[in-house]
Amino acid sequence: MRFTREHDVMQRVWITVVICLLLAFSWYLFFAGHNRPGGGFIGGLMTASAIVLMYMFFGAKEAGRVMRLSYPVVISLGLLVAVVVGMIGLLAGDAFFTQYFDYVTLPLVGEIELTTAVPFDFGVYLVVVGATMAAIVTISEDED
Amino acid sequence: MSNSIMLPVLLPFITGAVLILFVKRPMLQRIVAGLMMIILTGFSLYLAADIYQNGMKTLAVGGWQAPFGIVLAADNLAAMMVVLTCIVGLVCLFYSFATIHTERERHYYYPFYFFLITGVNGSFLTGDLFNLFVFFEVMLLASYALMVIGGTKYQLRETMKYAVINVFSSLLFLVAIAYLYSVAGTVNMAHLAQRVGELEQTGILQVIAILFFLVFGIKGALFPLYFWLPRSYYGPPAVITALFGGLLTKVGVYAMIRVFTLIFNHDIAFTHHILIAAAAGLTMLLGVLGAVSKYDFKKILAYHIISQLGYMIMGLGLFTKLALAGAIYYMAHHIIIKTGLLLMAGAAQKVTGTTDLKKMGGLLRTHPYMAWFFLILALSIAGIPPLSGFFGKFPLIVAAFQEQSYVIAIVALVVGLLTLISMMKIFMYAFWGQQKHTGDQAQVRVGKLLAPASVLVILTIALGFGAQPFFTYAETVAEELLNPAGYIQTVLKE
Repeated sequence: MRFTREHDVMQRVWITVVICLLLAFSWYLFFAGHNRPGGGFIGGLMTASAIVLMYMFFGAKEAGRVMRLSYPVVISLGLLVAVVVGMIGLLAGDAFFTQYFDYVTLPLVGEIELTTAVPFDFGVYLVVVGATMAAIVTISEDED
Repeated sequence: MSNSIMLPVLLPFITGAVLILFVKRPMLQRIVAGLMMIILTGFSLYLAADIYQNGMKTLAVGGWQAPFGIVLAADNLAAMMVVLTCIVGLVCLFYSFATIHTERERHYYYPFYFFLITGVNGSFLTGDLFNLFVFFEVMLLASYALMVIGGTKYQLRETMKYAVINVFSSLLFLVAIAYLYSVAGTVNMAHLAQRVGELEQTGILQVIAILFFLVFGIKGALFPLYFWLPRSYYGPPAVITALFGGLLTKVGVYAMIRVFTLIFNHDIAFTHHILIAAAAGLTMLLGVLGAVSKYDFKKILAYHIISQLGYMIMGLGLFTKLALAGAIYYMAHHIIIKTGLLLMAGAAQKVTGTTDLKKMGGLLRTHPYMAWFFLILALSIAGIPPLSGFFGKFPLIVAAFQEQSYVIAIVALVVGLLTLISMMKIFMYAFWGQQKHTGDQAQVRVGKLLAPASVLVILTIALGFGAQPFFTYAETVAEELLNPAGYIQTVLKE
């Protein structure tokens, strides 16, 4: 990869910090998504951008070794997670894609809303990460 | 509420997602794909029979009631189209097992195949205009991929054009939906039908109707918007062309029938009798002229797709019960026949290594079954009784005379004749005459290709000899379409 600069220590340190921040923020966005701006799609895109940074600054080989994932498999799992969550409705005798939610009180956290929309959104998240990364990695491999 | 109508969308979707995991193992992919497709076909037949007996089914997805949530609505027309999709999907799948190269299989051929079926079934079953757009996109994305898999230069070039024209028409689709939403304030089709009926029929509704006509005209390859079809359908392997030729353009036609019987059925003198009827006549005529002028097996068939679409739209344009029933019957016939013919083109290509008619000849002697299958299908498409094509064209032309639309009736008759000429041209060049392929090529076995296609040959014969019950079914569908009140009430539960 062109952008790899093996000896620039400062850059590497900073990029590592930025990647961690990006990943944390993408998870914040993901969980914010149910009632506020955010969600699986945006969270997934931001996670993908963090992974792309990793590919750009550590090289495709190194990043690929760390990720150890085949992105199409991530897409497939995401699709399956989303659809299986939708099918809870089928099994419970309600309409397909019916959402169930409840409020529970957990120690330390307090009252939070648990809903089946979150695992569904996680499926979306996986699909977005997988699709974005599959596209970018495929194009970058084309260059060699 | 009946979740069962979700399954024709859900099953291929899950299958597609699971098949991604097995992409490195072609044999396992084939077993899973074949099994799921058989289950899906069986289920779709059960669903269609159930709907025919017990009336249409709806499902408010996620429990959000119409018109606020997304509704799936399966009436007889939708159920019939789902059955046809599954049959064609099944036949083409088994044909792919014998023809699709392992390299293509490794590049996600089967997952995309199932996502395509998901999109097509979804388009038929949805009762929501925006959701229709979404399922169109699912179908189109899968079709781009299927069209380009293999990556030959020709495929890349033509897929690019295909993608651009379809993205453009999707844009128009979105604009049309936005217009309609701003006028009627809803995107649920039944609700739209109700509200558009209450509105004053002003110019803006005509504009929107024309916009929808353009959108579905591009998707369905009607005059003057069919220019993209012949070349882009020529590039990919025969089985993909067969699947697309059988299904994709018909999704456009289905959407047009749905929208112009349910929502825009108030200004028939303009939208149906002038706009659609004129487009139908010109599509038929120019399509068949294209076919007559070509000397290439696949290209002739591709032009025939266009020409035949005219007949279906003609039924919509005349807008009587008999004409619509004819159009419905013709659509079923066409999906079966056209897929079969294109599969035959693939088989002939496998033997001779070419689709150029002038380089082919004498296939009748070396591959008699292929020749007879082709002849039956060709006679059927030309409308020779007692095969199914005749019973599709006959009511259409009778209806045209009843409505005193003599011009379109005569055009339809002439086009039938020209169809016969171009089909006989293929038969004479490719199957009669001197053998032009080598002795080695004459030994090529095509049994695995002909076996799936034989299902379609049997179906066209059955559809012809059993015309009475099938046509009664088509009349039931047509009656439903002409009285949309039932559809509206079932969806809106009023």
